[in-house]
This record gives sequence, C-alpha cells and structure tokens, in this order.
Amino acid sequence: MSNPATTTPAPAPAVPPPVEKIRIKVDGREIDVPKMMPNWQGKLEPTTMLQACHMAGQEVPHYCYHPKLPVAGNCRMCLVEFGTPMIGPDRKPVLNEDGSPKIARSVLPYEPQTPRGAIACATPISPGMELYPNSPATKQMREAVLESLLINHPLDCPICDQAGECKLQEYSVQHGQSASRFVEEKVHKPKAVDLGPRIVLDDERCVLCTRCIRFTKDIAGDDALGIINRGSYNTISAFPGRAFDNNYTLNTVDLCPVGALTSKDFRFKMRVWFLKETKSLCTSCGTGCNITIGSREGVIHRYEPRENNAVNGPWMCDAGRLNYKWVGRKDRLTEVQSRGQRTTWATAIKEISERLASATPGSTAIIASARQTTEELYLLKRLATRLGAVTDSVPRAGNADRLLVCDDRNPNSQGARLTGITFTELGIQLAWIADGIRNGSIRHLVVFGEDVTQQGIGADLLGKLETLIASDILPNATTARAAFVLPGCAAAEKRGTFINVKGRVQRFEKAAEAPGDARPEWEVLHELVEKVTGSTGFTTIEGLFNQMAKDVPALAGLEWGKLGDTGVTVAI
Amino acid sequence: MALSIPASLESQLDELVTHYPQKRSASLMFLHALQEHFGYVSNDAVEWTAAKLGLQPINVYELVTFYPMFRQEPLGKTHVKVCRTLSCALAGSSEIRDHFCKKLGLNSHAHTPQTTPDGKFTVEFVECLADCGSAPVVMVGESVLSKASIADADRVLAAGR
Ligand code: SF4
Ligand code: SF4
Ligand code: FES
Ligand code: FES
Repeated sequence: MSNPATTTPAPAPAVPPPVEKIRIKVDGREIDVPKMMPNWQGKLEPTTMLQACHMAGQEVPHYCYHPKLPVAGNCRMCLVEFGTPMIGPDRKPVLNEDGSPKIARSVLPYEPQTPRGAIACATPISPGMELYPNSPATKQMREAVLESLLINHPLDCPICDQAGECKLQEYSVQHGQSASRFVEEKVHKPKAVDLGPRIVLDDERCVLCTRCIRFTKDIAGDDALGIINRGSYNTISAFPGRAFDNNYTLNTVDLCPVGALTSKDFRFKMRVWFLKETKSLCTSCGTGCNITIGSREGVIHRYEPRENNAVNGPWMCDAGRLNYKWVGRKDRLTEVQSRGQRTTWATAIKEISERLASATPGSTAIIASARQTTEELYLLKRLATRLGAVTDSVPRAGNADRLLVCDDRNPNSQGARLTGITFTELGIQLAWIADGIRNGSIRHLVVFGEDVTQQGIGADLLGKLETLIASDILPNATTARAAFVLPGCAAAEKRGTFINVKGRVQRFEKAAEAPGDARPEWEVLHELVEKVTGSTGFTTIEGLFNQMAKDVPALAGLEWGKLGDTGVTVAI
Repeated sequence: MALSIPASLESQLDELVTHYPQKRSASLMFLHALQEHFGYVSNDAVEWTAAKLGLQPINVYELVTFYPMFRQEPLGKTHVKVCRTLSCALAGSSEIRDHFCKKLGLNSHAHTPQTTPDGKFTVEFVECLADCGSAPVVMVGESVLSKASIADADRVLAAGR
C-alpha cells in the first residue's frame, strides 16, 4: 500500500539504511527481494515464499494467510514447489557444466520422484532459491488441497451469500475439478448457527482457516472462538451459551474467505455484484476509519472497512459499520422552509443573506457541528468573520477502546479547531451564546447539524431570537422552531474532507443522492457566503478545498488532488 | 447446575498447578480430576477450570471436545464400548454396535456416545482396545468381552435392564 507523503517532517535519517536483498528465481526469472519484510505486526521477519512470489507478480492462492494476522499455515492451499542450490560434500555449491549452480528440487525423502512443496505463507526464502508457483507439480498440489477442502462442502453457491466474493468459488474455478469424486456420505455440521448478535455461522461452509479465531484473539483481544471436536468433525464455535459479541465481530465476516461467517445485517439482502462501491469515511468517531460504501440505486446496503495503514489498517468497529440506517429514514428533512412554508433554495438563500447582511455586527451567533465537513466549517467561519459572529460547536464524548474507537465521537473536531470555528475545547462558548440570547445581545442564530435545545439553549431562548436558521438532516427540536429550515446531506451523499483526531486530512466521495430538496451544505453555504461577503469563490469541492488550504495555515500546501485515497497527516 | 467442588479437591488441584511452568499446562489434569469426581465434565466445570487457569472457557472446551475420554454428559449405568478399529471392524463390530443401538432405540449414525433417556445404557464406538487377536472386542464397564457376538450383546442388554 503506498503511503502518501506527510507534511509532518519525518525524523529523517540522512541516508536510509540499505535494504539487504536476496537474489532468487521465480518461474525461471531472476529477482532481488528484500531479505526481511514486515510481518502482521509490522516487525521485520525473513521474507516468505508467498511474499517473494507476490513481488514477482505471481499470486499464490491462500486461505489461512492474511497479511495482518499471525501466520497459521493450516490450510495448505499455498503449497509451492521449490528448489535450493546443491551443496557438495566439500560444502561448496555444485555447478552445472555451464557454471551455473545446480538446483536440487525439493522431493519427498523416501520417494525422490515425488516433488514436495512447501507452504509459501510460512517458508522463508534463502539465497539462490528457485520457486515454481506455476509448475505442474504446484498445480497438482493445489488441486488436491482444494478437492480435500471441498469434500464436506455443501457446494451450494447459488444459495450462498458469499457468492461473488468467495475464495473457495474463485479458486475452484481456477484450480478445481468440476466434478466431485467423493462418493461417501458428507459430514453434516451445524447450519445457521447464531454465533452472536451480529453474526451467523454456517459450519458446513467453513474451511477451518482459523482467520476468525486469530482475529478475535490477537487483534480484538477477545479470545472467544475456537475449533471444537476432532478430525472431520472440526467445527468453529464459541463456548456454549456465550455470544460472540465484541465491537469488532463483523471484521470476521470480511476475513472469512468463504461464506461461513455472514453479517445478520447484510446476509441475503443483495448480491454483491450489484453493489456500487464508493470510497468514504466512517463518521461515528474521531478515528475516521476508511470505508467502502456498497449502494445500489441510491440505497446504502453496507459499509466495509477500506485499508488504510495510517488510520484503521483493514478493520473497523461494528458500531461504526452499522451506523448507516438513519440515512434512509423516512422522516428526513426534504423541504426548504421559510416560516413554515415550503420555498425554493434561491428564495431562502436570498432572504437569509439579506437578513444576515443587515444584522448589527456582533448580533449573530453560529453553532456548527463537528460532524460537518472541513469545507463547510471553513465557509461558516468566513461567514462568521464577515458578521462578527461568535462561533462554536458541540463536543461528543464517549469511551475509547484499545483498538480503534476514539473518545471523541465527532468525526471532524480537528476540522472545527483548525478552521477556527472552536477553540481547543469544543463547546466552551455555548453558555456564553445562551447568555447573549438571554440578555438580547444575540438576535440571530445560525445552527448547522446540531440540536441546540440539548446544549443549554432551550425552546424559551430560541423563542427570543429574531432569526433562527437551522440546517440539518433529521428533524429535531431546533429545526422545529427555526424560521428557515435547510435540509442537508449525510456524508454519504456529498463530497468533502474530515480531519481525524490525529490530524489526518481525508476526503470522501458521494455514494447516493440526497432525498427531496436536500443539498450538500457546502453548496448552500458557498452561495450564502458569496451573497453576504460579495466575494466569488469556487463552485467545485476541489476548488473550495484548495482555496481553504491557502487560507487555513494548518492546511498550507495541501491540494484536493494530492490527498489521494488515504489522506495526508498535518500537524495539529 | 451449580458446581460444588470439595475443598480437598480444590486444594489438591491448586497444588497441581505449581508443578507446571505455565498454569494452562494443568488443563488436562484438571479435567481428569473433575471427571473422576463428577462422572463427566459439565460446562460449569469447564468454566471453573478456565477461571482457575486464567484461560477463556472456549480454550478448555476445545480440549474437552477433542479428547474422546472426556464426557460432556453423565454416562449410563452400563457403559458399552465397541471397538471400531481395523481388526474389529473386519470381524463385524459395527453389526454389534448397530444391534445395541437398535435394541436401545439409539441413533447409530451419531459419532458421539449415545445414552438412553432412562440413563441405563451408554453405547459408543471407540478406537483399538488392544485385544485385536480376539476381535470383535466390546468392553462393558471395565470388563472385556472377547470375540463378542450378537448373543453376548443380548446378554449385556438383559443384565443391564
Ligand atoms: S468460519 Fe470462515 S474465517 Fe472462520 S475458520 Fe471457518 S472459513 Fe475460516
Ligand atoms: S472506530 Fe470510529 S471511525 Fe472507526 S468504524 Fe468505529 S466509529 Fe467509525
Ligand atoms: S495460506 Fe494456508 S497454509 Fe499457507
Ligand atoms: S482393533 Fe479392536 S481391539 Fe484392536
């Protein structure tokens, strides 16, 4: 995975230490590969045959191996034939007539005519080694392993939810026999096991790769799954009566190479090949896990983690993954309203800008949400500067855990800080704003994406205002009292950036259309700012971002195009 | 069922743990002791063992389900073990087991020990009983039936009812 340059200068050693390389051959082609490579925890370990083949452009099929899990070496799918340079009795390399080193192909010790493969995922390479990932012997080993894995498999892809993203299905097409030679009775195992509140397990589909066990034990820190029974009765299970229920269980569904573990939320909802995939971000906490949104015809069907080793690795938490249903709620705000009457965006923006432009300087307050995009917060700040308005946003605290979840449940608190909407601490101006409304110094309130009645600015105070403008996605007590209601968009319905708690600036793309009149807040704000300040700006998110990067010191030098899919870290 | 472990057994097991470099290595000895005391290893016993040894219950449960000598349920009064390894299989041991199962209304397709609802009999297939010369071999409790026949089976059934 390419790591885009960060703007925080790395403590740069003058010359990077030279990477020690080993020369090997893959399918007859010479290649130099690093002697050591990062393991699942990022520590250097001897490079494996599988990694070497990968670098040579040869993918070795595998089930149990996963780059971010401890190596188990149990499925044998990655068997590859290999050879090593022969050493003579004098401990010197044996040479061919042409002077090249003689290679001894690895064979069974008691059956020298039979090639012996090694599991590529767990076997280190050595100098002069030759790997044969496409030799007839390798292919034969693969076919045999696959056939034995399929012995007890129900072979019911047409009714399996994994179809389309199943490694068993893929490898069977590439390396399998089309007809089963197994005539004995298949072992039957538990079907549709309720493993936990979010997971269903079909033990007959399981290939016993133990990815799920290793993930929950070594990554999530919840040693909840194991293999029970013996031999062909081996079955993945939790302890009877204990639910598999930590905040990361759904990652095992992504990890499971077959259709054994399925998400209760997603199973049988949609064939995966119908889903449109959009690169986006989770908005449920300040970690900002990278996600892929799977949607079809404007309906969101699932979130999946998208690998970003600077943020979330390949994982995400269950709470964040399932927090998408509200986007499709029937009671979404879909109409632009002015004093209870439906109106058009053009009319509303005109009226609002006239109101704000004629307000006494200092008589307006703006409460933005740290769930808004950086661009939106930036525009609100510009509006505030023109109006001499006080600004703040609302903190959202929760408990952090040891893996990903962060105690800040806003996705963009850093955006609110860096654009100047808030001070270091979010929410410290709210009481001051409440006082201002009470004593009449604040006459106009602009609220974006928050219900201020929950923040000490109750209905009585809202009633005292001359103007209340509220933009939100779902109705709440603030929008109910607003003179102007502006329907907004979920992150999945627009483009923009969030800055996570560690200062990672990450962009996200639009997956679905917003319902009714709802429009991305940045578009509306952009028009409003233009009208109130008289300055013209950009009409694209790219242009807006680049302009913001010029104005906001912490973002200096950034460009939308340079953010890439995994973002850039800035100093905070 | 709440587990009640006699203090003497518990102190004996606590002492046992000190013999191993790692606590978890005592798992099997715990399970043997608990099975000897209770007659089988209940899920409560598994949880108790796990808590004692600083493990998760699933770790201990894996052992209990792996080793056939551990029982997860109480045994019937008469315990019938039929050998299914090669010599006995060739000499017709599976007919003998089928006969037991049929007479007792047990499922002969199940691979785990089968116990009658009245708790009188448990019938199971086991691996080699080390008496291959006199196959087929059946063990009833602690006694060995060499060259067992259907008639022998009927006698065992009559005696156990
Ligand atoms: S359930 Fe899936 S991930 Fe777990 S062992 Fe089986 S195949 Fe592997
Ligand atoms: S850790 Fe935070 S950002 Fe990541 S998936 Fe969970 S809630 Fe979303
Ligand atoms: S990938 Fe399973 S043994 Fe190598
Ligand atoms: S095979 Fe039955 S006793 Fe050995």
